[in-house]
Amino acid sequence: MAIDKNARYLESHEYAKPEGGNFVIGISDHAQAELGDVVFVELPAVGKTIAKGATFGTIESVKAASDLYMPVSGTVVEVNEAVKNDPALVNKDCFGAGWLIKVAPSNPAEFDSLLDASAYGKAIGEE
Amino acid sequence: MAPFAGYDMPITYPTGAIEEHLVTRRSVGLFDIDHMGQLEISGAGADAFVSRMVTAKVSDLVPPMARYSLLLDEKGGVIDDLFIYRLPQSWWIVVNASNRAKDFEWFKAHAPEDVAVVDRSDDTYMIAVQGPRAIELIDKVANMAVSSIQRFNWGNISIDGVPVLFGRTGYTGEDGGELFFPAAEAQHVWELLLAKGEALSIETRPIGLAARDSLRFEAGMPLHGHEISTEINPIEAGFKWACDFEKEFIGKEALLAIIDKGVSRKLVGIEVFGGVPREGYEVTSPDGKDIGHCVAGMFCPTVKKYAANAFVLPDYAKVGTEASVVIRGQPRKAVVVKRPLYLPAYRR
Repeated sequence: MAIDKNARYLESHEYAKPEGGNFVIGISDHAQAELGDVVFVELPAVGKTIAKGATFGTIESVKAASDLYMPVSGTVVEVNEAVKNDPALVNKDCFGAGWLIKVAPSNPAEFDSLLDASAYGKAIGEE
Repeated sequence: MAPFAGYDMPITYPTGAIEEHLVTRRSVGLFDIDHMGQLEISGAGADAFVSRMVTAKVSDLVPPMARYSLLLDEKGGVIDDLFIYRLPQSWWIVVNASNRAKDFEWFKAHAPEDVAVVDRSDDTYMIAVQGPRAIELIDKVANMAVSSIQRFNWGNISIDGVPVLFGRTGYTGEDGGELFFPAAEAQHVWELLLAKGEALSIETRPIGLAARDSLRFEAGMPLHGHEISTEINPIEAGFKWACDFEKEFIGKEALLAIIDKGVSRKLVGIEVFGGVPREGYEVTSPDGKDIGHCVAGMFCPTVKKYAANAFVLPDYAKVGTEASVVIRGQPRKAVVVKRPLYLPAYRR
């Protein structure tokens, strides 16, 4: 299972990855594999401010529906329209083309409190 | 893997459910469906007995014909749905895994002394080979051309020395067949079909339960426990066509009373916009009235729609009727659509 070293993670498998002054948010490779084929993604509107730990959307696979949780607090600056039209991008390239939203953080230090790649790897039983 | 009716079944293979669905629609899917049960009914009174037990007309069935039917209780509830093969000396009845024991007991309890009901499930293996190139593949591995066997007929074939009862039937909406053969040969036949597909460049993949469900759903076929059950009658589920009212069968009186009185709900297809409908979700009218519930729902990979089958009040059953499906607390726009979403190959 791939773990992007530049990203940090929630135990609920969302990642945040620094990009310029913003964060790219998506779900981990482990999460997409566990979910199976992703068939629907619901994402917030650009401009919405959401706190760390709050839900920012829904992801549904063939098997089940799951809430998506914010790894850092911030304002949505961009939403991946491509993934709304082709949710399978999450399975194909979760750290790349399958990203979900980009946020301008209200407290960038929150990033440091997330699990780094090594800690996340341990949390999902991989090294 | 997941437990299903006492079997460990793959929900998906590594290919993934969506791709498995699409492979079956474009080439060949292999389905390991040994969990399905097979009952064999024979004896002097077998013809009359089978006719009285099942809803479909069977008096006109001669070898090598087969037909879909329902098995009802006296109230008209659906105990199971069946595929009935008329063999030269007996009736071969394919039943659902989860109902196998119940069906067997039901047949046995009603059987007169001159009828034998035998559960042949344990010594019979069942593999379905489905898809637009399925017949081409089996033609190449069998000792005879199965393409000469008509839809809903069967034939005795042999695959690499293994005797196989081949039914040109299936549960996907594609052409193809279902293979019945001695259980000890399961791995041999399975691996041979995969290897032949590879060798002949006929794309052939194993298909799990998730894609089996989405394939049957798109093609408008029922799954017992969802569109039909002992709590659902065939009239409200749209299966009057599978019942022969010219003959006597268990449940007929109840169905006639239901037809006379009118149904209180109807099975419809619903397309949903903005979420994935699933079993149990409520259906509401545009003004918020509770009008029914979904019994199955999913993303449909071939028609690329989010759709459900739902039982709704008859007033809301017309194609084009606007409704909502409540997905995780939120009413989502929906509309009643024509079933099936995907027209089976043999009806085109």
